Amino acid sequence: MALELWQSIPFACILLPLGSAAATSVMKPRIARWWTVTVLVVVTALSGIITWQFWQGAAHYTYMMGHFPAPWGNEIRAGQLEALTALFFALIMLLSLLGGLKKLDEHIDPNKVGLYYVVILLMTAALMAQVYTNDIFTAYVFLEIMTLAACALIAIRRRGRTLVAATRYMIMNLIGSGLFLLGIVILYDLTGHLLMEDIRTAVKEIAATGQYSQPLTVVVALIAIGLCIKSALFPFHTWVPDAYGFSTPTSSAVLSSLVSKGYIFLLIKIMYRVIGLDVIAATRIGDVLFVFALVGMVMGSISALRQTDVRRMTAFSSVAQIGYIYLGMGLGTDAGMMAAMFHLFSHAVCKSMLFLAAGGLADASGNSKQFRDLRGAGYRSPIAGVAFTIGALSMVGFPFLGGFVSKLNIALAALEVGGVRSLLVLLVLAVSTWLNTMYFLRTVITLYRKPLEGASYPVEKGRRGFCFNAALVLFALQNVMLGLWSQTVVNAIVEGLSTFG
Amino acid sequence: MHFLTNYVEMAAMVLFGIGFTTLLLHRNMIKKIIGFSIMDNAIFLFLAAKGYVEGRTAPIVVDGVQSVEAYINPIPAGLVLTGIVVSVSVTALMLSLTVRLYRRYHTLDIDEITAMCRQEDDK
Repeated sequence: MALELWQSIPFACILLPLGSAAATSVMKPRIARWWTVTVLVVVTALSGIITWQFWQGAAHYTYMMGHFPAPWGNEIRAGQLEALTALFFALIMLLSLLGGLKKLDEHIDPNKVGLYYVVILLMTAALMAQVYTNDIFTAYVFLEIMTLAACALIAIRRRGRTLVAATRYMIMNLIGSGLFLLGIVILYDLTGHLLMEDIRTAVKEIAATGQYSQPLTVVVALIAIGLCIKSALFPFHTWVPDAYGFSTPTSSAVLSSLVSKGYIFLLIKIMYRVIGLDVIAATRIGDVLFVFALVGMVMGSISALRQTDVRRMTAFSSVAQIGYIYLGMGLGTDAGMMAAMFHLFSHAVCKSMLFLAAGGLADASGNSKQFRDLRGAGYRSPIAGVAFTIGALSMVGFPFLGGFVSKLNIALAALEVGGVRSLLVLLVLAVSTWLNTMYFLRTVITLYRKPLEGASYPVEKGRRGFCFNAALVLFALQNVMLGLWSQTVVNAIVEGLSTFG
Repeated sequence: MHFLTNYVEMAAMVLFGIGFTTLLLHRNMIKKIIGFSIMDNAIFLFLAAKGYVEGRTAPIVVDGVQSVEAYINPIPAGLVLTGIVVSVSVTALMLSLTVRLYRRYHTLDIDEITAMCRQEDDK
C-alpha cells in the first residue's frame, strides 16, 4: 500500500521538535524563542490536518519505521483518537508557552532562557511520540524523556523551593518508571513481543489458556501503579503542590495539563491495545483505580479547600480532577473510557488556563499568590480575571462549558454500570462538585471584592503584553467551544476508541 | 518451586527490592541515587537473564552456522543497552540536582533540606 503524504505527519510531528530541540540549544535566546513558537505552530497545524483527514473518514494505519516489517521493526500508529489528542496537546503547549513568555525572562537566569525552549521542544517531541508510538519499549524511552524534561521545567527557576520540588518530583517519578519498566519487561518475557498489537494477540492466547494468570496480574498492577504515580493519582500526589505551585506559570500549565495527561493517555493505550479491557477486568486492577479515584476526588478537593495560596489551591484541584479521569477508566467500560478521554481534554484546556491566569492575577497584586492580597485582582487584570472565572466555572461544572459535559458523561457512564458502583460514583460526584464550588467560587468572589483597607499595589511595569492576553482569550474560547460543540468531540472520541484497540 | 534453577531472576528481584526501598525511604540523596541505580540494574539483570538460553552463544555468525537453535535471543541485550543509556542520563541529572542542593543548603538529607526551604520561604 502506497503511503500518501499526509500519512507521514505523525513522524514529522515527532522528528521536527526533536531535531529543533538539538538545534535550539546553540541558538541565541531571541532566535530560539521564535524558532520554538514556529515549530509549535507547525506541529499544531499538521496535527489539525491529520485530524481533519481522519474526520473525513480515513482509516487508521501503521507506519513502518526503518526497513523491518511488523514483528521486528518499530512502528507508529495513527488513528482518530491519536490525531485528536496530538492536536489538543500541541495547541495547549503553544498557548501555554505564549501565555508565560513574559514571565520567563523574570524567573529564569538570562543566560539560561535559551535552554527553556530546548526543554519545551523535547517535551513536545516526547508527548507526540507517546501519543503515536506502537512499540512499548519506545513508549518507555519517551516516558523517561518526558520525566527528565519535566524535571528541567521545574528546576529551571532559580529558587530553593523549586529545586527541592524538582528533586522530590524526580524521586517519585523514578519509582514510577522503575515499576513501569519492570512491568513491561515481565510482559515481554511472557509474550515475546514489543509491538503492541502482537502483545495483544499473545495476551489473548495466554488469557484463553488460563496459564500465567498471576504474572499477568502482576504486570497489569506494575504498569498501572507506575503510571498512577507518575500522573499523580491520589495517594501518590505528595509531589504535586510544590511542583505545580512554585515553578514558572508555563511550567505549571504544561506539567498539570500535558505531562500527567501524556502518562494517562499511555495507560489508556495499554489498557486498550496491549492488555485489553477484558483481561484488565479479570485482574480487578480497574477496581483499585476506581477506589483510589473516588478517594482522590474528595481528598484532593478537601486539601484544596484548606489552601491560602491560589497556585497551590489549583494544584490540589488537579489531584481531584485526575481522580475524575481515573474514575472513568476504573469503570472499565467503553462509555467510562470515553468520559475519561473527554475529561482529559477538558481538564487539560481548563487547568493550563487557570495556572496562567493565576500567574497574571498574582502579578497584578504585588507578586503575591495569597488570597488576602488577591482581593480586587479581577479589576486590576481584567482578562486574567475573566479567564480565571471561566476556568473556575468549567471546573465546577457550569453548563455550556467543558467541565459540565465531562461530569455528565461520567455520571451517564456510571449509571450504565449500575449497582453499588453507580450509586457510589453519583454520591462522590455530588460531594466533589460541592467542594469544587466551595473553593473555586470563594476564589472568584475574592477576585472581585474590594481590596483590604490600606492595601496598595505597585503599578505594573508595562502591560502584561499581547501574547498573554491573546493566549488567555484563545484558551477561554477553547473552553466555551468544548462545551458548546461537545457532541462533535464526543463523537470523534467514540469513533477513535472503536478503532483504538 | 523453581527458585534454585532461576537463581538469577531471584537475585534480580531481591536487588530490585533493595534498590526500591533505598530510593523510597533513605534520607540521604546520594544513597537514594545508589538505590535507583541498583533498582534499574536489577531490571536489566532480569532482562538479560531472560534472553539467555542455556548452552547457546551470542548471535554472531561464525563458521557459517545459521541455525536459530545455536543462538540466544539478542533483543533483550539491545533493550538493556537502551535502558542503560536512559538510566545513566537520569543518574547524571539527579547528581547535578544534588550538587545544586548541597551548594545551597550544605546537607544531603532531603528532609532537612525540605524543612530549610520551607523556612526560607516563610521569611
